[in-house]
Amino acid sequence: MKRILMKGNEALAEAAIRAGCRAYFGYPITPQNEVPEYMARHMPRAGGVFVQAESEIAAINMVHGASGAGVRAMASTSGPGFSLMTEGLSYMIGSRLPGVVVNVMRGGPGLGNIAPSQGDYFQVTRGLGHGDTHGIVLAPSTVQEIVDLMPVAFELSERYRLPVVIAADGILGQMMEPVTLPEPIAPPPPPDWATTGAVGSPRVISSIYLAPEDLERHVLSLMRTYQEIREREQRWEAYRADDAEVLVVAYGTAARVVRSAVDRVRAQGLAAGLIRPITLWPFPTTAFERSPRRWLVVELSAGQMVEDVRLALSGRAPVGFHGRVGGVVPSPAEVAEAIRSAVVGEVVRA
Amino acid sequence: MAVHEIVIAGFGGQGVLFLGEVLAQAALSEGREVTWLPAYGPEQRGGTAYCTVVISSEPIGSPVVSDPTVVIAMNRPSLDRFEHAVRPGGLIVCDSTLTGRAPERTDVQAVAVPATAIAAELGAVRSANVVLLGAALAAHPILAAESVRAALDGMVADPQVVARNAAAFERGAREGSRP
Repeated sequence: MKRILMKGNEALAEAAIRAGCRAYFGYPITPQNEVPEYMARHMPRAGGVFVQAESEIAAINMVHGASGAGVRAMASTSGPGFSLMTEGLSYMIGSRLPGVVVNVMRGGPGLGNIAPSQGDYFQVTRGLGHGDTHGIVLAPSTVQEIVDLMPVAFELSERYRLPVVIAADGILGQMMEPVTLPEPIAPPPPPDWATTGAVGSPRVISSIYLAPEDLERHVLSLMRTYQEIREREQRWEAYRADDAEVLVVAYGTAARVVRSAVDRVRAQGLAAGLIRPITLWPFPTTAFERSPRRWLVVELSAGQMVEDVRLALSGRAPVGFHGRVGGVVPSPAEVAEAIRSAVVGEVVRA
Repeated sequence: MAVHEIVIAGFGGQGVLFLGEVLAQAALSEGREVTWLPAYGPEQRGGTAYCTVVISSEPIGSPVVSDPTVVIAMNRPSLDRFEHAVRPGGLIVCDSTLTGRAPERTDVQAVAVPATAIAAELGAVRSANVVLLGAALAAHPILAAESVRAALDGMVADPQVVARNAAAFERGAREGSRP
């Protein structure tokens, strides 16, 4: 298989087309602009549809429409645009529609800046919009993993009839790495619920249930799906974790910096390891059944995933936190120091 | 095998990102792992630009580097900014036509090449970046010169530019291998 160099943004666009995506809708925002740029050129050649929408609100509602018609559809954006898309995501969840949305996270809040960030963790994991909403959230940490997760995202989205979010960050979008691309697949036929024309019995896609009893039944059905996802779809990767006395939890770009930091402190005799969640929702709680003496969470945020780690551990071990905000990415040396401090902190407290 | 963590910095328009991509393509052709990360802020022609290239035989952790093993500085602000970051024992290559000074560090290998002047003399003024690339590779065997030359040729369509780059690379290599 031939390896080629690709930017994360371009690789994800190409991987989506190869996964049978035939409709892309977006609105420009850095640091993900190479996605619509690539889609504008390549999606029509694949026989699909590219639309630069008038806003992110329009883009997500176009995904809603295409998905309702049974087409593999996606959008991509970054923080400010993702906020606008959450209204449409809630409608898609309420309507049980699949679809993939990529959030190439940047510094926030507000317009913030265009530097890499993981500050949207709460937004993507706690509820994708109003109501009792959840969607599977996948967090790649290499360009190859972006490519590998793209067909998975569409498949999961269709299996559970819920949107899937790919949570990347500015570095993953802008960085080039070698990738091996999969062979393209043909788009799957429209599912039997799709509104492909009123032939036979009419089909309706809607998120409105005016009678409380009807809506309750609908939400309870969603909750059963959420529970099934929690039980079946947790994904994570462990690195040098088996004999670790201190385990560091990080995802995406932060996990790469931690991986380098783990190697640094291991070289100095400190048994550290890495747990890297790949699904942010469902959070991979089964990765936390074993307890070393000490945990440390590293994020490009003020401390968001750390709450899920503390919930997963239920007080069984102390959990430290090291985060950088504003688009600042810590160096491996800085994180190595944080790991050493976490271990020293335990000794002091003992 | 050693991990190479390379920062290339200069003005936007000097071919900073291009040089990094040449190294990344050459690393790929040698079957290495590689990351190429541009500084992607509001960069513009004439503003500062830099990129980070990490080359390793193993999967690469951080694509962000605070203490590079190699710095190629194509102007004075870049030398001022990155000289002190270079790891002891590392390499600094600078375009002395534009930096106006040689590196001051004594615990690193320093190669000051008047790359812009050399490129002008070769009639290839836009190939000053390639002069520095040739010098860096001659001073420090990051990758095989043949694979870098092949990557360089592969990234340019115009045969005249290919020829100018080849001349610039050879001249840079001579400058970089001077004791």
